[in-house]
Amino acid sequence: MSNMNQAMVEKYRNDFLKEVKANVEEGDWVQMCMQCGVCSGSCPFGPYWDHPPQELFMMIRAGKREEVLSSNSMWMCTSCYNCIARCPRELPITHIMHGLAHYADRLGLAPKEQPTRKFANRFWDNLVKKGRVNELKLGVSLYFMNGFIEGIKTAMAAAPLGMGMMKAKRLSPMEYFGGHGVKDSKGLDAILKKARQIEDEKIAKYNS
Amino acid sequence: MAEDIKIGAYICQGCGIGERVDTAQLAQVAQRDAKANIVKEHPFLCNAEGVKMIQDDIDNEGVNRVAICACSRRAKTDAFSFDNVAITRANLREGVIWIRPDTDEARETTQEMAEDYVRMAVTETKYMSLPTGDEETKYTPNLLVVGGGVSGMTAAIEAAKAGYSVAIIEKTGALGGAAANSWKRIPQRGPYADPEDTGVDALISEIEANDKITVHLNSTITKTSGAPGRFSVDITTESGSTVTENFGAIVQASGYKEYDASQLPEFGYGKSANVVTQAELDAMAKEANGAPLKTKDGKDVTSVAFIQCVGQRSDKEGHLPYCSGHCCSTSIKQAMYFKDANPDIDTNVIYTDLRTPGAGGEDFYRSGQRKGITFTKGEVSEVVESGGSLEVKFRDLILAEDTSEKVDLVVLATGQVANAGVNIEEVDQDEPGQFTVNVDSILNMDYRQGKDLPQLKYGFSDSHFICFPYETRRTGIYATGPVRRPMDMQQAIEDATGAAMKAIQAIENAAKGRAAHPRSGDLSFPHFRREGCTQCKRCTVECPFGAIDEDEQRFPVFNEERCRRCGTCMGACPVRVISFENYSVDSVGQQLKIVDIPDEFDEKPRILALACENDAYPALDMAAMNKVEYSAFVRVIPVRCLGSVNLIWITDALNSGYDGVVLMGCQKGENYQCHFVKGSEIAHIRMSKVDDTLQSLSLEPERVSVHEVAITDIERAPGIINEMAETIEKIGMSPFKF
Ligand code: SF4
Ligand code: SF4
Ligand code: SF4
Repeated sequence: MSNMNQAMVEKYRNDFLKEVKANVEEGDWVQMCMQCGVCSGSCPFGPYWDHPPQELFMMIRAGKREEVLSSNSMWMCTSCYNCIARCPRELPITHIMHGLAHYADRLGLAPKEQPTRKFANRFWDNLVKKGRVNELKLGVSLYFMNGFIEGIKTAMAAAPLGMGMMKAKRLSPMEYFGGHGVKDSKGLDAILKKARQIEDEKIAKYNS
Repeated sequence: MAEDIKIGAYICQGCGIGERVDTAQLAQVAQRDAKANIVKEHPFLCNAEGVKMIQDDIDNEGVNRVAICACSRRAKTDAFSFDNVAITRANLREGVIWIRPDTDEARETTQEMAEDYVRMAVTETKYMSLPTGDEETKYTPNLLVVGGGVSGMTAAIEAAKAGYSVAIIEKTGALGGAAANSWKRIPQRGPYADPEDTGVDALISEIEANDKITVHLNSTITKTSGAPGRFSVDITTESGSTVTENFGAIVQASGYKEYDASQLPEFGYGKSANVVTQAELDAMAKEANGAPLKTKDGKDVTSVAFIQCVGQRSDKEGHLPYCSGHCCSTSIKQAMYFKDANPDIDTNVIYTDLRTPGAGGEDFYRSGQRKGITFTKGEVSEVVESGGSLEVKFRDLILAEDTSEKVDLVVLATGQVANAGVNIEEVDQDEPGQFTVNVDSILNMDYRQGKDLPQLKYGFSDSHFICFPYETRRTGIYATGPVRRPMDMQQAIEDATGAAMKAIQAIENAAKGRAAHPRSGDLSFPHFRREGCTQCKRCTVECPFGAIDEDEQRFPVFNEERCRRCGTCMGACPVRVISFENYSVDSVGQQLKIVDIPDEFDEKPRILALACENDAYPALDMAAMNKVEYSAFVRVIPVRCLGSVNLIWITDALNSGYDGVVLMGCQKGENYQCHFVKGSEIAHIRMSKVDDTLQSLSLEPERVSVHEVAITDIERAPGIINEMAETIEKIGMSPFKF
């Protein structure tokens, strides 16, 4: 994968677009954008993005591989679906944003400290262990995401909420030890393994 | 007017007229004041019984002038159409009861209004006679098509299919025009995904196989004279031999040339052989005949940049200010030449606005995207050679940065420049009786106003863009294809089909002495009294359609078949010797004089409104349908065109005590809507001189106002009348009431 990160990409050539088409979920839609800007204008987070969707799509066409994949922009997407609902070209923009984020993460190009990325990775790791999200563990790990002191502070602040949830039987402290999972966790492993294998093959095929 | 005039006036009581006005009183007015011979009231004039009553009077009583005092002349035209009599209408419904409030205090002024309209209608009939038509009509069912490109060939085939003989004149040695040098065309059929065969070869063989079509190659026109139905055209070959042929109508499909890219050194044209225009690329593709395209130095092309809007849509000196309409789709088509051959070739279309007009345009754009053509919104500043390839420097308008791209080939989308011949406003005209051939002219007409079709702007021949696009300012000569406005092949084909149909209409109309658009079917035409003419030439100069020539003594020579019956000549003539059988200085002038002018102390001013019958008058009718009220002091007279308004009407009106005059015509100027192109403009110029008249009468200049009114000005048109009423209230009544 390292060779790919250094791949020379010529400007305004199709190279990067082809890579996106091959490896990014719904990436083959990128070329259909007509640069109207409706998505950027519709995004509630639009003003906070470095590069709103329209711009990301143009950057892909312009061959700005490095800038796109290391951008924190697509991580800003909250899946509100405003853009999808409005795009006159019917691009699945939300999905492309997540696809790009995922691909950047895979390549290790995504910004390390991007909070959405950190959360997503924790969520995923938590989920694949037992096939169910362990909310307690996920919560605690999130509290301590930014260091021990920070974690204690956040945990203290959230304590009344946690107590309340326990009283209402929405949270069990026993979950911290093991916790419940899906019945056939082996089967789940196999599914995930297969999925990863397919994705790896796709990328390998593109690189060969 | 040898025949005896017998006027029948028919007053309708239907549609509420009977309740709102005293029709018995109207009948009396018609008889006593306006001297109608027979006057009848009817409760429902447009029903079968009412119509029969009128027809009976025509048949049995010898009525030959009919004044229908009912609804607008625009309503119930089917019911009130009688043969062999002159008909006028008094607009009591839309013109009176619908625009006035139904109140006791309005009753008196409403009645006065109705009475005046009855007087006017009856009076008008006295000054009208039945148009006899042109006796010297000719039927020449031949069509001349100038130009053998796609537009010309299409027009020829369509006309031949309809049974007319066609001659095509082509100045080069082969049919096909610009399209013949193209490899493929923008798709014309669904799914609009891929370039299509141009179809030029099929058109050529169709023409060759059609015995109704003759083709003159290597030929030009050295003289066009005559008029619709009787054009006489000298066709001269390169070697100098000339034949003269007669035609009923002409289609000018002289096409375009590509804008000269060498005027754009910044794009590297002329400096690098690998910078080409769209036409050149198509020629390259045609030559390659499906083989991969190479650069000029014989290398495989791996990347191409298409630069849109080169020297067009630009206000820089020497550039084209307009969009040529086809070039975005053409670039998509050409990028596909590469992509379809090898998807790995990079193609980048750099545009500021991508415009793909036509039904399939958007689909074609998407197809291009699907094929992997890159579309970049950007503005190119420069193309330079660097290290054996070309560097295109541009500003990416989405990413807001200056950047560049290296490519093997650059294609420039330069625009279309019309082949419209000479601009008659810029070249000197021949003296009457003399004729010289102008080699730059396409038609070499011997018309007094000049040798080619008048142009509007940017060098395209003027045609009525909104209402009747093929109709040029020379009757019977139809411009089609890119000589008329920029367009692509599909549009040219549709355009040429329409032009052929219009040309056929012209042939048929000319044979019957009937006018073309917009007064189609009109049989009247201008008559002029030679004895009175002062040879001032105003009519010759002002006729928007060049219908009038001059004889060697400088008297006007009217060519009826070229005339559109606008009456601009009639409005122009200072000695008032031009008139139509059913529309003349008198037919309007006597109407405005018969209006009852109350004396100064009655506080009842009178406003004369001369409203263009094409737009302003219908706008007032529609206002009436919407019950928009306006002043009861106005008397509206429809005119054929504001251009037909003779200053004498204004002077007469002011002299006889009108307090204000309102003129309403169509929009003039570059974006004109005037149905007679120049009529409204000419009227505005003429009326700018009305101040002298006002001054000589010591009247305020506000008493006369000229307006451009659109058919949609349903609120505004009545507003203009009301404004004049307010103005009069302010400045006081005219002192000229006797
Ligand atoms: S709304 Fe759709 S077409 Fe428009 S810029 Fe966004 S992605 Fe492109
Ligand atoms: S000015 Fe109008 S009415 Fe007069 S000759 Fe010309 S076209 Fe005919
Ligand atoms: S405008 Fe009247 S006076 Fe002048 S040339 Fe024409 S017809 Fe004669």
